[in-house]
Amino acid sequence: MNDMEKWIGGTLRGGVAVAGLLVLAGGAMYLTVHGAAGPAYGAFKGEPERLKDIGGIVHAARALHPRGIIQLGLLCLIATPIMRVILSIVIYARQKDKLYMIITGIVLCLLLYSLVIVR
Amino acid sequence: MNTLEFTLLIGLGSVLAGLVGVLTGLGGGVVIVPMLTLVFGVDIRYAIGASLVSVIATSSSAAATYIKEGYSNLRVGMFLEIATTLGALSGAFLALIISPRLIAVVFGLALLHSAYTSWQEPKEFRDNKHDPLSRRLRMDSSYPDSGGLQYYHVHNIPGGFLLMMVAGALSGLLGIGSGALKVIAMDRIMKIPFKVSTTTSNFMIGVTAAASAGIYLNRGYIDPGLAMPVMLGVLIGASTGSHFLMKSKTKSLRTLFGTVILVLAVEMIFNGIKGNFR
Repeated sequence: MNDMEKWIGGTLRGGVAVAGLLVLAGGAMYLTVHGAAGPAYGAFKGEPERLKDIGGIVHAARALHPRGIIQLGLLCLIATPIMRVILSIVIYARQKDKLYMIITGIVLCLLLYSLVIVR
Repeated sequence: MNTLEFTLLIGLGSVLAGLVGVLTGLGGGVVIVPMLTLVFGVDIRYAIGASLVSVIATSSSAAATYIKEGYSNLRVGMFLEIATTLGALSGAFLALIISPRLIAVVFGLALLHSAYTSWQEPKEFRDNKHDPLSRRLRMDSSYPDSGGLQYYHVHNIPGGFLLMMVAGALSGLLGIGSGALKVIAMDRIMKIPFKVSTTTSNFMIGVTAAASAGIYLNRGYIDPGLAMPVMLGVLIGASTGSHFLMKSKTKSLRTLFGTVILVLAVEMIFNGIKGNFR
């Protein structure tokens, strides 16, 4: 196994582990507080503003809102493949592989467009 | 039913989906949305958001394992991810404007295709000629086998690219990994060995799903309370399943799971046409 594969494997594993722990912790808090209430997913209302973008989610999680912590975990999960792509660019750069730096760069732009720019 | 019971039941169902999805190689994502909508009465938009998140989790942890074994072709995967992310973005935008009824029907059709693949034997499609474009992109590679390293050539990149865009669009529209279609693009069209196709497809699923997940998050389709049991459940099921992967015979399980998917397909299409999804 070469360095590239080792780093990418580690990033994926680490990202999923961090996400899983945050979701688990937030989930336990959420069920402690809201477990006895009734679920309401039958009609679509959409999430409140604070659970929809990166700034709002980080803010809600720092205030220790259970749903904010879960959402931060899910954000880490979405960021995991993105981190993998960023890492690939770095590795291709070290190998001076211009062609695949460009290809990977295009993929990264598309990912960031969806997560950061779309409103 | 209160939130605690609701969460535990969905978590249990998701463990099962993740387990069977890995054992059969069909992926658990395809049954999450039908389970949430048909059994638990969840709105299809929340269901798609939760399913998408679980797809990223299983794909990422499986890819971490596969990459060690040296089967995945990272160059092929990275190049085709341009196609799948482009497709995923258009699929997610499409999901915002078309009616849930139509999404349910398209979902049913995707399930029908998934059921069909479950009854088919994997076949090798090989071609030993050189392809100039794949040589320029340095995609030809090798993978370890019992008889040492097996070298292979990659073909018809434009054809594979187009089908990958369709796979990405379906993934973004329906919140599934669309692994079945990705494998077809690689092994049938691009003549990549089956083992390399399946592991590389797994690698691409996470990036594809992340592209549409961003849009779903920004539009409020990802609910933490619902995504939590789905993500944790599927992750537990899938990682348990991957330990048994090589030991058990999965043919009868594939046939059984294929039948379940077929029933769900009919249900989704029927309920979609009847207007039970709003």
